[in-house]
Amino acid sequence: MSTIVIKGAHVIDPSQGIDGIADIVIERGVVKSVGEPTGAHAGAEVIDAKGLIAAPAFVEVHAHTREPGGEQSETIATGARAGVVGGYGRVCCMPNTRPVCDSAMIVRYMCDRSADAGLARVHPIAAVTKGLSGAELCEYSALRDAGAVAFSDDGVPVADAGVMRRAMQAIGALGMVIMDHCEDMSLTADGVMHEGAVSMRLGLPGIPRSSEASVVARDCMLSAETGCRLHICHVSTVTSVEAIREWKKRGAPVTAEVSPHHLTLTDERVWNERTGEVDTHAKMKPPLCAEEDRLALIEALEDGTIDCIATDHAPHAPALKDNVFDAAPFGILGLESAFSVLHREFVASGKWSMANLIERMTIASARILGEIGGGWGSLAAGCAGDVVLIDPERAWTLTVAGLGSKSENSPWVGERFGARVVGTIVGGRVVHRVH
Amino acid sequence: MRLRYIPPRMPGTTSQSAGRSLLACEGMSKAEIESILDAAEKYRAMIDRREQSDLLRGKTVVNAFFEHSTRTRTSFEMAAKRLGAMAVNFDPGLSSTAKGETLADTVRTLDAMGVDSMVVRHASGGSAAFVARHVRATVVNAGDGRHEHPTQALLDAMTIRRALGTVEKKRVAIVGDVLHSRVARSNVHTLRALGAEVVLVGPRSMAPTDLKSAISSKIFNDLREGIAGADVIMTLRIQLERHARAQFPGGGEYARLFGITPARLEWAKKDGKVLVMHPGPCNRGVEVSREMLNDERCLMLEQVANGVAVRMAVLARACGAEQ
Repeated sequence: MSTIVIKGAHVIDPSQGIDGIADIVIERGVVKSVGEPTGAHAGAEVIDAKGLIAAPAFVEVHAHTREPGGEQSETIATGARAGVVGGYGRVCCMPNTRPVCDSAMIVRYMCDRSADAGLARVHPIAAVTKGLSGAELCEYSALRDAGAVAFSDDGVPVADAGVMRRAMQAIGALGMVIMDHCEDMSLTADGVMHEGAVSMRLGLPGIPRSSEASVVARDCMLSAETGCRLHICHVSTVTSVEAIREWKKRGAPVTAEVSPHHLTLTDERVWNERTGEVDTHAKMKPPLCAEEDRLALIEALEDGTIDCIATDHAPHAPALKDNVFDAAPFGILGLESAFSVLHREFVASGKWSMANLIERMTIASARILGEIGGGWGSLAAGCAGDVVLIDPERAWTLTVAGLGSKSENSPWVGERFGARVVGTIVGGRVVHRVH
Repeated sequence: MRLRYIPPRMPGTTSQSAGRSLLACEGMSKAEIESILDAAEKYRAMIDRREQSDLLRGKTVVNAFFEHSTRTRTSFEMAAKRLGAMAVNFDPGLSSTAKGETLADTVRTLDAMGVDSMVVRHASGGSAAFVARHVRATVVNAGDGRHEHPTQALLDAMTIRRALGTVEKKRVAIVGDVLHSRVARSNVHTLRALGAEVVLVGPRSMAPTDLKSAISSKIFNDLREGIAGADVIMTLRIQLERHARAQFPGGGEYARLFGITPARLEWAKKDGKVLVMHPGPCNRGVEVSREMLNDERCLMLEQVANGVAVRMAVLARACGAEQ
């Protein structure tokens, strides 16, 4: 792991405004320079990247790697593999494992498993409350010192506003961020999809928009009051967008993410035309909503109300997803397909530039984590030597065999795409290559 | 235990017995519905004469009710037996599903015992189609969550047709908890296919306006407005068992605002010539007043009789033995 030179690529690094042909030199795992061809490097590994785009490797702030406890669906190693297949160098994983990631011991275990895998670096997000109980606060500084990058009770949101406020006071004091899954379970009740015309037609219990938006509003208010940085996970509704826009305007330290599936699919996808059946690969939380929500999310991402893209990669073993809709677990894969799905929808269509898309998957994501993400998502000298290589002209089909994950629950399997991640370099090591 | 994989039947193809599944009313043509109703008329005559037939001799029908039911299951059992089929009731309460076996594995196991048609009731929407994908037998949907209950809608259509001569151009008001009702969904599709005008009536929590775009019906949150001009008032059970929590104030609130009484039939037609139906079981004095239940305009028991006839027709079709 001495020196690696990526030659002749079209380098796009939105963190520095770089968008042109250049050579990238990485030394001892860290970016040394991006610039004019520098001639020979004795003993360096040289990658000829002519015709490819080279960018900072993507940063995922929201994924589930299931280990410990859910190894039937994913392990840290297979989650890291899914990451590099999709061009991610950093994958932050949520703490809803069994046992829950609420102790320094589990955080260390996850970091060690990530190091063993040697693929994308998996960084644990620790729980806000012990056992995701929503009651007792965790020991945040101990978790931070062990390697936790943020805090979240993803999947089991903190219902008690008083507990949330005290957590924000403690986490705000450390300068760290709470990643907030906003959902009022009393409004969700037995809901399994967005409440609207499609749920009515299919007779499936609906989840009203207010389930998400009411907690978004509550927690933005608490964030403004406590000064704790709050990151709203997987925004899905037009009403949540309005709340975030309003509280950002008022100066609350709030950021937000949106998933590729909420940007490209709607609740219509729950009914699979091809099979003539409801499709559990369109079941996730928050649910796919209506077209007006999708359009509001796109607008919010474009105007900066929503900061970054996160996949909420949520593997579930085939045996779990092959069930009736009500009983199947919530969640779909995202890491492997995120770039190509968004490229097809927004870049190939001419709506966004390639640099726009890359920005929202790299530096914008890294910034969510504050100082901890300071060396990620950028090719500035001294940053982590994480690079993604993209072939912007490579047509390909997503197959089950081509997934990095241990699970298969992607709604995009079988679809064609026009651009592909063909290489991923993490810490100056090539960990994924498609020839 | 890993069970041997049984390839699913492809949509559009027929099984060994050339039987046809009945999964939903949505998408059924008028001709298809009428052929079932015509067959059911013959079976109704058989029932009235207490006759039996051996049309389905040698066929096996399994009633797989994963959700509690006695009326519908009994109706299907009598229908199967009156046609000479072997009818078996599967009780999941005592079985494998209680031990954690998946639904797919449970129905594959049943299927492997040699079944021509499986009558399935399950609490999840889409479960009938799910089962159909996993078994070789044909599947008759006897109620999948809030989604559909096709035989109920067919027997309701038959009841209207027998009482009024036709369904076409009749105005039918479905009153009650439309949101949670599979009976309402199946009826909307069936009655509209037969040319009826269907309106939905109920409190806002049970008849939300989103339904309008979903199944394109007229929606009223006021009973007097909703039933105006109706030839038939189809009341729905207030389905307490599917509600996690209250959908509407308790006490007599529902009956006061939406209960059907003989006096209120004049809101529909000045002469009170209106038929009242209920899929049962009825909460006496809630959806329909006691007085109304004893009125000759109330067709509840006629619906029950037609239910067996319709299920005979559907099972004959599902076992590939239509006459």
